[in-house]
Amino acid sequence: MRVVANDLGWSAGTKSIVNGVSMEINAGETFGLIGPNGSGKSTLLKLIAGLLPRARGSVLLDGKPAHELSRREIARRMAFVEQHAETSEALTVRDVVELGRTPWLSSLAPFGQEDRSIVQNALHTVGMNSMAENRWDTLSGGERQRVQIARALAQRPRLLLLDEPTNHLDIHHQLALLRLIGHLPVTVIVAVHDLNQAMGCDRLAIMERGEMVACGPPGEVLTPERLASVFRVNATPLRDPADNATVFRFHHMEISAS
Amino acid sequence: MAAGSSLRPFALWGLPGCCLLVAAVLAGVVVGELPLPVDTVMAVIGNNLWNAGHAVDPIDGGIIWNYRLPRTLIAAACGAGLALSGVVLQSIVRNALADPYLLGVSAGASTGAVAVTILGVGGGLLGISAGAFVGASLAFVLVAILAHASGGGSAQLVLAGIAGSQLFNALTSFIIAKSASAEQARGIMFWLLGNLSGARWDDIGLAVPVVAVGFVICLWCVRAMDAFSFGVSSAASLGVAVRKVQIVLIGAATLMTASMVSLVGSISFVGLVIPHAMRFLVGPRHARLVPASALAGAIFMIAADVASRILIPGQVVPIGVVTALVGAPGFALILLQKRRQL
Repeated sequence: MRVVANDLGWSAGTKSIVNGVSMEINAGETFGLIGPNGSGKSTLLKLIAGLLPRARGSVLLDGKPAHELSRREIARRMAFVEQHAETSEALTVRDVVELGRTPWLSSLAPFGQEDRSIVQNALHTVGMNSMAENRWDTLSGGERQRVQIARALAQRPRLLLLDEPTNHLDIHHQLALLRLIGHLPVTVIVAVHDLNQAMGCDRLAIMERGEMVACGPPGEVLTPERLASVFRVNATPLRDPADNATVFRFHHMEISAS
Repeated sequence: MAAGSSLRPFALWGLPGCCLLVAAVLAGVVVGELPLPVDTVMAVIGNNLWNAGHAVDPIDGGIIWNYRLPRTLIAAACGAGLALSGVVLQSIVRNALADPYLLGVSAGASTGAVAVTILGVGGGLLGISAGAFVGASLAFVLVAILAHASGGGSAQLVLAGIAGSQLFNALTSFIIAKSASAEQARGIMFWLLGNLSGARWDDIGLAVPVVAVGFVICLWCVRAMDAFSFGVSSAASLGVAVRKVQIVLIGAATLMTASMVSLVGSISFVGLVIPHAMRFLVGPRHARLVPASALAGAIFMIAADVASRILIPGQVVPIGVVTALVGAPGFALILLQKRRQL
């Protein structure tokens, strides 16, 4: 799905959190959002998902203004995995993934065989099918993250919004997840913390203090100079002889008190 | 309906539950200060429903048809309505301690009833039930406005509900202390603790349709209530029209609670304990939780009413006392059970 965002902005009280962000994301693209803590990545994702009140700007999904669509129509097009998901209900893994079918169900179209197999596939994709009957509150942070991603996949979206999805995951599952989202035939917008993981995106947007300061292919936007100015680290690009890819090694940057 | 792992088959609890409800209604009519045989009860019901023409003592017939049957049906409707309100509020407010009285509805109803009976508000046009209904609705509107003005979150709704409850309880006490005679005060206290003895067929015309409408609304929204498990924003991203569903469901819960309180006074713990108990039996998914809670609430309330009639011979204990005596330890058990599972 092609996503166009025009002049998105949001303020908490008088404090501007995101300001004047515009971008165009092509169908099938994996688009990364990076930036230091508090730079507005999560808020920007929520703005694209239409989850914030009093938002500024507009979002077009395949040319259709998102504000003209109902919540159900939006949920059939996009799925959102937030950073934190908590519940006090004694739900099982399968219950949580079945929630992903919500926008497709109605009294006239109850949960059926097709939904069951979509849920089963989603569980399989994230490697949680053997734990389908386990209770949510017994899962580790990484397992919960994978279940939420399965829930999002069960929504059968054409746009997937992920807020730091590799948090809590061990390295094996981090790589498995990055590989998965790279291969999904959908548009992905993902906030990433790890700059080396961000190198795997098709394009990156760099957020700083609520504004987008750069946007483009990783090799162009992730320069040592920009990493120094935005992230306040000294970065040395290294070449991995295994696949000739660029990786960064970071060094602490002394900052004089100003 | 949605099927899933934590949903046990309907046949396991639904059919026995319905049978149990019918048995409870029968027991509610049979048991009392004057025990009446089941065949007499069936004969009276047959006579009244389709003129069966059985020979029955007219006094027995009067007790069964005009007194015990409506009373038992009102108890069933109230139990179902309060339990459904509890399910709705616990889901929407995302607070395990939410119950129908959280939103100030019960306190407002009491104030309304007291205002009508003691102050004579409405000039005799309003009955005690109508007064309670107006009071309950007014209290809820005030609480909702306060919650909205303070940010509109579920925590704000709970806090506004507490403030509203305290205010209306204080108003009730103030009116009683200032204006009521000792006799009036005693009568009103009895009503406030829950009392089914005034239940007549007319009341059924309010109780049953309200519960039926509330039940259908809840069934209509079972998936939305499931989607609230991970919070409001998660529900919205799952395609739930959050604001609309909140208004419809909270409106239904208020309507049910206000109607029930206006009919029988405030009866505590049913809305709190029954939904929790049913989560243990049928799981947290609302497609099962809603019908199970309605059934269990109805059965529990009939049982409590029967107990209130036979606990002390020759005297009726207020039903609110019975539900609290059973409900408080029941709730403690649930808390301990929850702790063990973690």
